[in-house]
Amino acid sequence: MSTATLTPAETTQPAKPRSYALRDSMTMLRRNLKRLQRYPSLTITIVVMPIVMLLLFVYVFGGALGTGIGTGADRGDYTNYVVPGIILMAVTSGAITTAISVCTDMTEGIVKRFRTMSVSRGSILTGHVLASVIQVAVILVLVTGVSFAVGFRPDASPVEWLAATGLLLFLSFGLSWMSAAMGIGAKTVEAASNAPMPLTFLPFLGSAVVTPESMPTALRWFAEYQPFTPINETLRGLLLGTEIGNDGWIALAWCTALAALGYLWSRSAFNRETTR
Amino acid sequence: MNTATTAAPSTRTVAISATGLRKSYGDKVVLDGIDLRIPEGTIFALLGPNGAGKTTTVEILSTLIAADGGEARIAGHDVAAAPDAVRGRIGVTGQFAAVDGLLTAEENLILMADLHHLSRDEGRRRSAELLERFELTEAARKNVATFSGGMRRKLDLAMTLVGRPRIIFLDEPTTGLDPRSRRVMWELIRDLVTEQGVTIFLTTQYLEEADQLADRIAVLDHGKLVAEGTAEELKRLIPGGHVRVGFADETGLAAAAGLFGIATRDDESLTLQIPSDGSVANLRAVLDTLDGGGVRAESLTMHTPDLDDVFLTLTGRQNTPTTQKESNR
Repeated sequence: MSTATLTPAETTQPAKPRSYALRDSMTMLRRNLKRLQRYPSLTITIVVMPIVMLLLFVYVFGGALGTGIGTGADRGDYTNYVVPGIILMAVTSGAITTAISVCTDMTEGIVKRFRTMSVSRGSILTGHVLASVIQVAVILVLVTGVSFAVGFRPDASPVEWLAATGLLLFLSFGLSWMSAAMGIGAKTVEAASNAPMPLTFLPFLGSAVVTPESMPTALRWFAEYQPFTPINETLRGLLLGTEIGNDGWIALAWCTALAALGYLWSRSAFNRETTR
Repeated sequence: MNTATTAAPSTRTVAISATGLRKSYGDKVVLDGIDLRIPEGTIFALLGPNGAGKTTTVEILSTLIAADGGEARIAGHDVAAAPDAVRGRIGVTGQFAAVDGLLTAEENLILMADLHHLSRDEGRRRSAELLERFELTEAARKNVATFSGGMRRKLDLAMTLVGRPRIIFLDEPTTGLDPRSRRVMWELIRDLVTEQGVTIFLTTQYLEEADQLADRIAVLDHGKLVAEGTAEELKRLIPGGHVRVGFADETGLAAAAGLFGIATRDDESLTLQIPSDGSVANLRAVLDTLDGGGVRAESLTMHTPDLDDVFLTLTGRQNTPTTQKESNR
């Protein structure tokens, strides 16, 4: 009755400017990059896996598998064949960090703090995804460096390099959104790191290490239609000058689909998890 | 302009208000119609045992979850309709320190400053100011992972203060802290109200904490407010203090219980609680009655009423059945 709540004049405030979404995302990105820097073992684990695979395929299987990709092909030819697949694998395993870092945040209570603040909602996940893409870029430089050391000899022009980099980062962006959604749904960090695992093996069931023609019918059918095969073929085309054909467009379509699906999935998972 | 508010104390601006807040998870009713009215510049404590619904109340008021029914307003803004306006005015320190363990204390504070859209310089200034005030300056560049529980809580509160919130929610701010750190937190909380006139909504399961800090206390049990008032008012709700007499065996306890009109018997600890006003005369009367009945008491302690009694009385968490005997005089 005699008690007064604040007058409406005080309560009216301008609607939150949209521009804060970008600013908040950048703040979150800086935070996540700092975290990755403080916890390098995560990046190391993820960079070691593709490098070990690379050495394994080039030096252990390379001699034998080389003959499978064409008559007269040797270990050197096989190295060129397998490196794009290994690079792809580096991208897929890099996406795992998003799930881990998102899940860590969700379970540690800091997300609750962000949610009681006037912070753009999307920035929390966007920050994680962008940090993951940057991390993947670093991993790509390292893996490509090692590839050169073991005899990878691409003949790409600067424009082709640029296109290849763009494709890989776009793929990384899409996979990170998928991985973010998995991280939100996971109950523990261990579960979060396992959830995106199948993604890392998907390139192997395509044209990454052997040609799909050498596979049994059912598997070959899968290999030809799964997303990583056209992406792999596009990458191979850009770096080594093999035929790309329709694969370029199909690869872009898959990356767009992954990003859109991952974004929508993680957004709804985030809202569900946080409003109960 | 800056003249004193013309309003009398009774018309103080309401910082937090709620009517009929309800929340259930499945069949489990967590909040069963909560009404609150908390004036600006006061400390309000929501007291209750684990699982009473304290955290749920904070989560609804701080826009983290939606209530199933009822209405809540923070600084005049409806939590459901205008969550962003509410978020711009509140600060929340939850039960588990929400700090980034991989960042340093300073980086955590700057992160908050950035999220409050302070300029770079202002953010640094604010961070340095808070580090100093919370005596964390020396640890400013250390990773939070190395902090003790007390330091983490202090940093957590400091992070909450970066945006200069006018209304602060503290969900069990001292749970798990050692007594010294707890006192430090209490000092900091008191200073906030006296120096800056902020409103504090505190939840606690420690009666001492509510008694020490709060202007008003509400007791929450099974999702309902069972009492509300100042610490003094609540203490008046129960009749008074008591004398606790311990016995060597059950025979002694039983015999003594038969001697007193109204007494609470605890078979486990072999004690009898006899209402008392704490006067010498009353104490002598108790001893005389025991002597008269030929019962030998082992120990005796005086107990003046405190919030524990209120709490136990109101929430019915007394651990023994009360035996109220007819007067046998």
